[in-house]
Amino acid sequence: MDREIEIDLARRLIAGDAGAFDRFVEHFQTKIFRHAWLMCRNREDAEEVAQEALLRVFEKFDQLKTPERVRPWVFQIARNECLMKRRRSIFAPERELSLEELMPVREMRDGGFRIEIADWSILPENEVLQSEMRGVLADAIAALPDNYRPVILLRDMEEMSTEETAQILGLSEDVVRTRLHRARLALRKDLDRYFRAHPAGKSATKEEGKE
Amino acid sequence: MSTEHDREECEKVFALLSDYLDLELPADACSAIGKHLADCPPCIEFAETLRKAIALCRQFRPEQVPQPLGAEAKEQLRRAWLKLDRDRLRPE
Repeated sequence: MDREIEIDLARRLIAGDAGAFDRFVEHFQTKIFRHAWLMCRNREDAEEVAQEALLRVFEKFDQLKTPERVRPWVFQIARNECLMKRRRSIFAPERELSLEELMPVREMRDGGFRIEIADWSILPENEVLQSEMRGVLADAIAALPDNYRPVILLRDMEEMSTEETAQILGLSEDVVRTRLHRARLALRKDLDRYFRAHPAGKSATKEEGKE
Repeated sequence: MSTEHDREECEKVFALLSDYLDLELPADACSAIGKHLADCPPCIEFAETLRKAIALCRQFRPEQVPQPLGAEAKEQLRRAWLKLDRDRLRPE
């Protein structure tokens, strides 16, 4: 659902239109659940976060001054609920990712400079992700340090702006940009490793089948 | 294929690639990177895989969906919303 529809639902809820209620709840329950699941990888916690965040959302709906900001506003609330749950969940600890560790391997060959990159051409961009690929991505996201994961989830998956992400996470925009770049580089590196281990047409599932 | 390479230049580009791909760089920095990429096959190849990784992340939705809310939980949400509505309509 794009932002226009969310904004329209928020306006209707503010105006007291009960017809918008179910759709709003269903839409944001799924969205918050998926975000929380990727944050903590625990279904029960993610469901509780979604439910508790929605309750806060409705309790405070009159504080949403601009319906245009409904998505970041809801995610700000969801973020707080995630942090409350955090005490009980296992998270990858906070640490900094350095650019150095994310650089591709460089070598001199044939009198020139080369970097090692797997063959990514098996990846058609618009194809619906195979479940194997989804697993690789989910694991790569889970492996990110705790202070990087929400940045990439909000910026790339939830399509928030740098400014909105900075506000939700209480960070400066520069820090959001830096962490986003490094989180993307880390995902790229994990995907590259995956493509290297599974060249065109050789899925992990097939390999397992051979054993 | 590869030409004489300025490693420092590549490192500068490497640090700014996300901002470049997000079109968040000032015009001069953007054109400098574009120029470097045009002359540097390893960097363009790297940038292309980063672009694909970002595209994958944007399309990515976990398979997991939440259990639908139970009737009681949903009613609790509805009550919170209706209460709010009454407060707004009839402020004290």
